[in-house]
Amino acid sequence: MISIKGLSKIFQTKDQEVRAVDDLSVSINKGEIFGVIGYSGAGKSTFIRLLNRLEDPTEGSIVIDDQDLASMSKNNLRIARQDIGMIFQHFNLLWSRTVYDNIAFPLEIAGVSKSERKKRVEELIELVGLSGRGNSYPSQLSGGQKQRVGIARALANNPKVLLCDEATSALDPETTDSILDLLVDINEKLGLTIVLITHEMHVIRKICHQVAVMEAGKIVEQGDVLDVFLHPQQPVTRKFVDQVMGDPEKENSLQLINETYKSGEILKLHFVGESTNQALISEVSRKFEIDVNILHGKITQTQKGAYGTMFVQFEGEQQEIQRAIQFIESTSVEVEVSPSV
Amino acid sequence: MFEQLFPNVRIDDIMTATNETMYMTLVSVAGTFVLGLLLGLLLYLSGPGGLWQNKILNWITASLVNVFRAIPFIILILLLFPFTDFLIGTIRGPSAALPALIIGGAPFYARLVEIALKEVDKGVVEAAKSMGAKYSTIIFKVLLPESMPALISGITVTAIALIGYTAVAGVIGAGGLGDYAYFYGFQRSDIDVVLFCTILIVLIVFIFQFIGDFASRKLDKR
Repeated sequence: MISIKGLSKIFQTKDQEVRAVDDLSVSINKGEIFGVIGYSGAGKSTFIRLLNRLEDPTEGSIVIDDQDLASMSKNNLRIARQDIGMIFQHFNLLWSRTVYDNIAFPLEIAGVSKSERKKRVEELIELVGLSGRGNSYPSQLSGGQKQRVGIARALANNPKVLLCDEATSALDPETTDSILDLLVDINEKLGLTIVLITHEMHVIRKICHQVAVMEAGKIVEQGDVLDVFLHPQQPVTRKFVDQVMGDPEKENSLQLINETYKSGEILKLHFVGESTNQALISEVSRKFEIDVNILHGKITQTQKGAYGTMFVQFEGEQQEIQRAIQFIESTSVEVEVSPSV
Repeated sequence: MFEQLFPNVRIDDIMTATNETMYMTLVSVAGTFVLGLLLGLLLYLSGPGGLWQNKILNWITASLVNVFRAIPFIILILLLFPFTDFLIGTIRGPSAALPALIIGGAPFYARLVEIALKEVDKGVVEAAKSMGAKYSTIIFKVLLPESMPALISGITVTAIALIGYTAVAGVIGAGGLGDYAYFYGFQRSDIDVVLFCTILIVLIVFIFQFIGDFASRKLDKR
């Protein structure tokens, strides 16, 4: 769907050149929610703005749906942009227009007739859950509602791709979740490809299928969200993963666990993309003559299932404990016995 | 009562003078609005980061605006005599004041237009670009509507300056309340005439201010 090769953007300032995006290549499949995460200054904002050429690339190609945007004339680019919706951190609605007229704006640009516009806008208002608010002005809406208008506006011309530029960064956690749910809903209903950039790992975890981690204009790590969560390779990725999971080693809790619980066996269980083994603990305690003591842990849900780690203490006959461990090893849950500090 | 307070004021003359002032003001405000809007757009669009960013065009427009803004109005009228004569066919009367009023007012308004346009959220322009909008669409459907309250307050301020200019033009024969106050009041030492004309001009200014404020507030949905 989207294929990017050797993309670079160099900003020339007075005394130096800044490589905001540096020889970046990536491909994004149709219907995928592709997240790009990075700290500010990593170049992710420039990257997403290159995708619809709000910034002109210094070199490289951007092929979306077999059209190379990078080499396109201004006029063709305008037409191509109608197939790429975009939503923004600060919504960027026209305050002088009502919700209805804001959503109708891209349709006006595309030259859709008035009666069709009306039909389409009403559909969209319904889709994003703003029924009855059509005649309100943006100033009368909350942040979450404004972003819903932004989403409706971005979807008006039935785009193939939706670009989200920090779309939830200005919203509170609860509103963020409702907007993310809406994006997943749209992705599933319309089969829309979504590219989003964010600095919140929470957003990646909640809705993305694929994630790319950006640092200094390059993608330093990329893959399935679950894989990246499980085996973060780069220090920067690990930091982002810790943002969501917490870092037990860092909190000294592991040391504390080892000091406090001397008997039995301490185990670290790693749940990866689980959906079948969620009742593991109760299953173990039912099948084997042991006591299971949950000490520390965090399990979180991603698009591909649950993910997380848990520290447990098994108490009982040594043999029975070994059998229980063997049983867990036979499932897809990873076990680490007596994890070191 | 009126006769005692203003013994030398003749109602029919005052009516004519008021009509002339209103005529000069309304036509010159309309002309200033159009010309100033064009110049202001040109300043903004050719300026740094504008849609038609162009140093030379920006320099030419800015110089033109600055030069005409710097010329004192009374001198501008005199300088424009040949142009006025060519355009209107005379250099006396309310119509003859119009070229000078518009050319004097437009550069002033152009700067206010430029400021108003700079206040428009860059993100909204960017959003329109991302939807594939043409430049003309961005100008007429984004920039102008989004800056409308400021454009209206700007033209109100300009209109009030123009009312003042019509009185100045009156002194060199343009007609209107300034003309009447000067020749029939000041020159004859009939202070009541000057006073009455002043009251009328202040009243006209208040009416313009009221309409401008009202319209600007109505349009502002922020």
